[in-house]
Amino acid sequence: MAEISYRDAVIRGIAQEMARDNDVVFLGEDVAKAGGVFKATVGLYEQFGPLRVRDTPISEQAILGAAMGAAMTGLKPIAEIMFSDFFAVCFDYIANEFPKSRYMSNGQTKCPLVVRTGNGAGSRFGAQHSQSVENWCMMIPGLKVVAPSTPLDVIGLLAAAVRDPDPVIFLEHKSLYATKGEVPDGEILDTLGTAKIVRPGKDATIIALALMVPRALAAAETLKAEHGIDCEVVDVRSLVPLDTQTILGSVAKTHRLFTVEENPRLCGWGAEIVSIVADEAFYDLDGPPVRITTPHIPLPAADILEDIVLPTPARIVETVRRSLGS
Amino acid sequence: MATIKDRAPSPAGSGLNDDIGEKKRLALYRSQVRLREAEQRAFDLFLQNLVKGTSHLSLGQEAIAAGFGEAMQKGDLSFCTYRGHAHTLARGVPVEKVLGELMQRDNGLMRGKGGSMHLTSEEHGVMGSYAIIGAHLPIACGAAWRAQYKGDKDVSVCFFGDGTTNIGAFHEALNFAAVWKLPVVFVCENNLYMEYTPIGDVTAVEHPAADRASAYGLPRIVIDGNDADEVYRTAQKAFVKARAGEGPSLIECMTYRHSGHSRADPAKYRPEGELEKWKERDPIKIYRERLKQFGVSDATIADIDASVMKEVDDATEACKAAPHPPLDILTTDVYADGGWAWRN
Repeated sequence: MAEISYRDAVIRGIAQEMARDNDVVFLGEDVAKAGGVFKATVGLYEQFGPLRVRDTPISEQAILGAAMGAAMTGLKPIAEIMFSDFFAVCFDYIANEFPKSRYMSNGQTKCPLVVRTGNGAGSRFGAQHSQSVENWCMMIPGLKVVAPSTPLDVIGLLAAAVRDPDPVIFLEHKSLYATKGEVPDGEILDTLGTAKIVRPGKDATIIALALMVPRALAAAETLKAEHGIDCEVVDVRSLVPLDTQTILGSVAKTHRLFTVEENPRLCGWGAEIVSIVADEAFYDLDGPPVRITTPHIPLPAADILEDIVLPTPARIVETVRRSLGS
Repeated sequence: MATIKDRAPSPAGSGLNDDIGEKKRLALYRSQVRLREAEQRAFDLFLQNLVKGTSHLSLGQEAIAAGFGEAMQKGDLSFCTYRGHAHTLARGVPVEKVLGELMQRDNGLMRGKGGSMHLTSEEHGVMGSYAIIGAHLPIACGAAWRAQYKGDKDVSVCFFGDGTTNIGAFHEALNFAAVWKLPVVFVCENNLYMEYTPIGDVTAVEHPAADRASAYGLPRIVIDGNDADEVYRTAQKAFVKARAGEGPSLIECMTYRHSGHSRADPAKYRPEGELEKWKERDPIKIYRERLKQFGVSDATIADIDASVMKEVDDATEACKAAPHPPLDILTTDVYADGGWAWRN
């Protein structure tokens, strides 16, 4: 057991899978000799060599296209897109190529690859380097979409993503890279499509993802200590496949549902969860489900502005408290 | 417009270069006729409302798919565009499988799940037909990267039109392939039109692919794409280079499509007389004359024509009789587990 950072967990997860399987290769901008702009790939080039860890030009289409061609013909590539905002310049592969080739070819074409990317706000980078784009990916049939919140989950879910036979979008939160957590020694392998109850509770269910998980946990502690409201916090972890059973089970127990989403309001993953709960567990609810999101605006750069728009523990506390009428 | 180049003289001094040999020459002829008749049949079936959706024919451009198809070895990989019927057939995929997909029947290559623009037959090395312009150039790079990494000797061959040279993925892929020295061959079929617009009207250079090659450190190659022998020889040279680990090639093949861009296009934008001029340079007409120059008998040619026609006729009948796809394939193969479940 050791305490490591989320950043070092990325390195360990990639290294674990590359050491295990020679077909795992890794490409991206500045990922090899420079160790990544977020220092989340330091040492991999030295450990696995220039044939398996490769720097690319600033060519996001070439990166994802090459990953797909390699995946189709027998490799298991991990491709890095430095900032998830850049998905917009290579979205053809994410929206049209990876997820549809198997279906269109009637099962002939395989696409076992992972796209890792730095996602989310908090770095004061402004509207084109701070977005939470998980919903861009979640809406596309054929993709799997994962966003871990802890170092342990980074390793286990990354390993599961690399070993998965489908294309997986793996969203690392930039504001979590420096955070730390306990990680056991030895191989770590998790399961895609499983949510995790990270804090049990009986009065309300708070569903969160990535950076919103520690914020939901902090809010839950305050709600308990200051308002006597005992919240259950569920880390969704995997948007596709979506572990609806854990979510529905939690709502059946607490009878109240809150989602905490970093994304702008419209078409956020929380809306899908609220819809599922409304369809399938309406009579379990004692009150309307509530979504706590970033307002439907581009993200501002200034710290004082960015801090206001993202859901904070204080906003979560206030929203839950008022909804529960205490 | 490219011209028929003089043949290099053979050692025997006959004035004809016999480097290709009769067996391969007959195969090149058969392949071109097969592509022509299958495409013509697709057009006829479209007029009968039996080919659904859209279709983009290679009528007039057969020498390129045939020349490359005959130069490729088993294990080499083809990456095609939405105008990909010919390139798919040229790897040996049965006509019935292609027509069946165009007619959206259960006997089609993908049982109707892909359609005309996405023909795929991995068992024949056809790694997909891509309907988003430029998408498959980086994908071909990736397949070539796998060959380089694994020490495999196959070559990835990526076909595309002149219009593709103006999209970003073309330039990303060319640079990527050159920097990584990948065993990939990029084949630009310059049929003079980007969909409905003359390529010269929208491109800064005369030869949209070849004139960009130097930007990626590659030689400028422009060939007569209506001469299957020239295509075949050029392909072989590029494959030798790729297999030797010496990197990619970019080949611009001059050609002309006899029909419109797609089934919706009567091609009225073409100047009067242009089509007729190019039909004089019909690749199959050229090749038939060449076979006769080499002493191939009319009877041999007629036999090939007849056997091709029989395959196309038999395929047509089989497709007309084939059922539509069953509804239970609607949700299969979204994910690798065979299903479509996105939740538990």
